[in-house]
Amino acid sequence: MIINHPLLGPRDAAEFTYLGDVSLINRPDWKDAEAERKFHDYLYLRDNPAGEHRELWYHEQGDRSWLVVTRDTVTHEVKRVELAREAALAMGRGK
Amino acid sequence: MRYSAWHILKQGLTGNKGWQPMWREPEPKPAYDFVIVGAGHGMAAAYYLAKVFRAKRIAVLEKGWLGSGNTGRNTTIIRSNYLMPANQPFYEFSMKLWEGLEQELNYNSMVSQRGIMNVFHSDPQRDAAARRGNAMLFSGADAELLNTDDLRRKAPFLDFENARFPIKGALWQPRGGTVRHDAVVWGYARAADALGVDIIQNCEVTGFQIQDGVCTGVETSKGPVRAGRVGVCVAGSSSRVMEKAGIRLPVESHVLQAFVSEGLKPALPGVITFGAGHFYVSQSDKGGLVFGGDIDGYNSYAQRGNLPTVEDVCEGGMALMPFIGRARLLRMWGGVMDMSMDGSPFIDRTAITGLYFNGGWCYGGFKATPASGYCMAHLLAHDRSHATASQFRLDRFLRGQLIDEKGVGAQPNLH
Repeated sequence: MIINHPLLGPRDAAEFTYLGDVSLINRPDWKDAEAERKFHDYLYLRDNPAGEHRELWYHEQGDRSWLVVTRDTVTHEVKRVELAREAALAMGRGK
Repeated sequence: MRYSAWHILKQGLTGNKGWQPMWREPEPKPAYDFVIVGAGHGMAAAYYLAKVFRAKRIAVLEKGWLGSGNTGRNTTIIRSNYLMPANQPFYEFSMKLWEGLEQELNYNSMVSQRGIMNVFHSDPQRDAAARRGNAMLFSGADAELLNTDDLRRKAPFLDFENARFPIKGALWQPRGGTVRHDAVVWGYARAADALGVDIIQNCEVTGFQIQDGVCTGVETSKGPVRAGRVGVCVAGSSSRVMEKAGIRLPVESHVLQAFVSEGLKPALPGVITFGAGHFYVSQSDKGGLVFGGDIDGYNSYAQRGNLPTVEDVCEGGMALMPFIGRARLLRMWGGVMDMSMDGSPFIDRTAITGLYFNGGWCYGGFKATPASGYCMAHLLAHDRSHATASQFRLDRFLRGQLIDEKGVGAQPNLH
């Protein structure tokens, strides 16, 4: 698989390590009244779709940036790559 | 028809005209007491449900044909060399069922207890192997610690003097081995069919009939089927199927690749695993070296992997037994694994009454087939877990009761 890095251009997926579903950006608030259940869902449960999947990749052997890759889990086709920072800000994190 | 040497002789002398199909191909009836989705572990579950738990009116629904899923995509290894008390009794139960399987089913599943050796490369690894071996002995399994002299007699071709990973010995389980994978499901199917189980192939489950939190049946590509209890045994596709019931699972689907070399003369004494990387190999009865290693490490339903993992697996093979570099690769394939968040499986009720789940087998599904089927049948018949599978619960993450066999935290890519 080739991941088209937004800053560095096309890079081999072997340079990256994989974390998982993009929802791992959305760490729950530990002060939330439902924090225990929310952390369980956040840590352990997955949508695990067959088809389009947004996921976090870390460019460990490159610029060490976190990326959000939109990839088809049935064909391995990479459809979109964005910086995780921008994706997280778009989700309303960091406010 | 009961298979025997006498029967082969008789058929051979009469032109082999008397053989019959091994199972019927019925259309689904409108209702059953038990509907089992998935004909891998599910076929074993249906057999034990009919045989041991005396249930009637059972159907097994299979999306493709028998053996088309992960039954046909594993590396055929059986072993019971686990450490955790939640795991080891279950896998030892499975091993005992393997040992009696062919007589039980009257079917040649080619169960071959040629042994499994887990090679270690350092003193701490020897300590860990001794501890694991003791845990195995406590569970009633067999285990021996081999030193390098023992190991050289069994497997002289190993790279004992490897500069980076010198071999210091191995944990040896003589009762481990290999089984012909297709013949397992064929044997269970034939025996289950003879007990009246309806095996319905090319019948995909498209939804569940759920009313007020009770599952009353399934929707299929061959029409609706009502059921008293529904058991889902579709590891690899668990999330896709359980999503139809509105259940999110602690599972990610990953691709695991496996490889077969060209046929060689008998060389390997049994199953061999590398202790310094992740590589395992056995030799099939046809002579091919069957081997594999790590999962590719990203979510996938593609049933094929990518080349960096191929290179990684082959590097492990070369470090363990350099002669493997002279064998040409015949074929390779990928299977889709239910990678659970602690590396251990589930055999449990769900939040929906009448709906039961079996999955999350990670790398270890094949060896578990008989016990998984037996424990699933126990759960379906009695609505409570079998003693050896009582920890394989879906809510164990919420309760903090993880079965982290490898001693690592929440990662879906354990094995």
